[in-house]
Amino acid sequence: MADDTSKFDVSYVAYLARMHLTDAEKENISAQLNDILAYVAKLNELDVSQVEPTAHATPLSNVLRKDEVQPSIDRDKILKNAPEQARDLFIVPKIVE
Amino acid sequence: MSLHALTIHELREKLRGGDVSAREATQALLDRIQAVDGKLKAYLWLNAEDALAQADAIDRSGIAKNGKLLGGVPIAIKDVINVDGQPCTCASKILKRHTSVYDAFVVQRLREAGAILLGRTNMDEFAMGSSTENSSWGVTRNPWDLERIPGGSSGGSAAAVAADEAFAALGSDTGGSIRQPAALCGCVGLKPTYGRVSRYGLVAFASSLDQIGPFTKDVADSALMLRVLAGHDRCDSTSVPQSVPDYTATLGQGVKGLRIGLPKEYFIDGMDREVDAAVRAAIKKLQDLGAEVVAISLPHTDYAVAVYYLIATAEASANLARFDGVRYGARVVGEDVIDMYGKTRGAGFGPEVKRRIILGTYALSAGYYDAYYLRAQKVRTLIRQDFEKAFENCDVIVTPTSPEVAFRIGEKTDDPLKMYLSDIFTISVNLAGICGVSLPCGFTKSPRLPIGLQVLGKPFDEETVLRVAHMYEQATEWRKQRPSL
Repeated sequence: MADDTSKFDVSYVAYLARMHLTDAEKENISAQLNDILAYVAKLNELDVSQVEPTAHATPLSNVLRKDEVQPSIDRDKILKNAPEQARDLFIVPKIVE
Repeated sequence: MSLHALTIHELREKLRGGDVSAREATQALLDRIQAVDGKLKAYLWLNAEDALAQADAIDRSGIAKNGKLLGGVPIAIKDVINVDGQPCTCASKILKRHTSVYDAFVVQRLREAGAILLGRTNMDEFAMGSSTENSSWGVTRNPWDLERIPGGSSGGSAAAVAADEAFAALGSDTGGSIRQPAALCGCVGLKPTYGRVSRYGLVAFASSLDQIGPFTKDVADSALMLRVLAGHDRCDSTSVPQSVPDYTATLGQGVKGLRIGLPKEYFIDGMDREVDAAVRAAIKKLQDLGAEVVAISLPHTDYAVAVYYLIATAEASANLARFDGVRYGARVVGEDVIDMYGKTRGAGFGPEVKRRIILGTYALSAGYYDAYYLRAQKVRTLIRQDFEKAFENCDVIVTPTSPEVAFRIGEKTDDPLKMYLSDIFTISVNLAGICGVSLPCGFTKSPRLPIGLQVLGKPFDEETVLRVAHMYEQATEWRKQRPSL
């Protein structure tokens, strides 16, 4: 898998992550991630064809509860942390034309 | 002895007897913080008036005297756990002005037990780091040597407890973030089994690995804190509905006949010689106390760091998607909404968080998912099975907590991989979901720096882990050592 690191396109990945990076950051992160990806390539040494993946370590699955109305957090309190808000709503840039 | 230097169980006796009030206990810590935190910078936020008001309410109610587990005891909280009405920044610029709007489950538990929510401790931004150098608000210093790091990511909590600036503190542990700083600062740090303590109200880093736990001055306090924190919570679907034993009741049962596993993969070349010697001496001590030592193997240990940095970053890249400048946190205005997301996140996150989001996004991206993330999850299974097999032949596993003692500020900041490798002895525990504690087992000679012993247990067997740790602690004098500040 690490054979592909030369193709590592930091600009594209930063776009996927919706995170602007400066040119200096891109250069720095690319170099460091190439080292890290070369390191994690050691996982290729193992044959995992017969191994099930572990997503988490609890014995629980499909945890259900009754769908009951519970008290929630006060709306005004939540809106106080919003970068921009008005009339009980979050204000965001226009999304649809 | 000064009030601030007491353990929780010592303080409780005084509170219950009426010799000390909650206000006096709180004031003693505030004075201590005033005296030493200028040097250490363990706290990010503290409101003396608010803390004293909480203490007065407890004094008026009389709950410090009627046996509540933490009645009148002030506790410090890592800046990643929500306390209603207090700031919660995760040491990140993106949450600079954020105020929590609810209590985390563990905070509800602390309040019910009569604790005072004293203040917020420093950490690596979003708990990503091993040195607290990734905090956006400046580095915390190690109380034993101010030129060195306290460990991380819960470095502020560890330093506060080690320097008697808190009777106990909460931290979170995703790959060692409680145990490693506890080792490097010389206090006791417990990572409970995954699912033992609710994560509701903990700002998520890697949801399948994160767990909240306490920093304390001794093992008895760790048991007491776990009794308060543990238990099922309907708000966390991964919290396990299993009864909570009285961890304090079984502490004194000794280690006679217990089998202690020593994994050969954890006693490696390149480990600090003094760390190696201190841990071997501790094992000898446990043998003298009646424990039996068995050689075990955890054959996939060498792959743990690689697995961890794929799984943890993948989960982090998804969890941190919520910081987009819409509902909370800072916003940087852009040309359109996509540009706003990009600018907000580009300006709000620090270098390590960016690095991990990029790595995690890459590991999950089309064409690479199977090669990186899925493969890492499969190797995670092998690591989990290593522990299952090992625990067939032993009751606990004993290892060093960290291969080295506290390093110098700036020593590893330019080399992320080197920083990641300082977690090699703690990371597998989170991948396997088991429990573990770190406690002091000695000091290096010059400079004099604490060394940590790690005791690991089967899932939900914190009782045995704490019992072994307590037996060792009581048979040695390390817990009485304090840094001079």
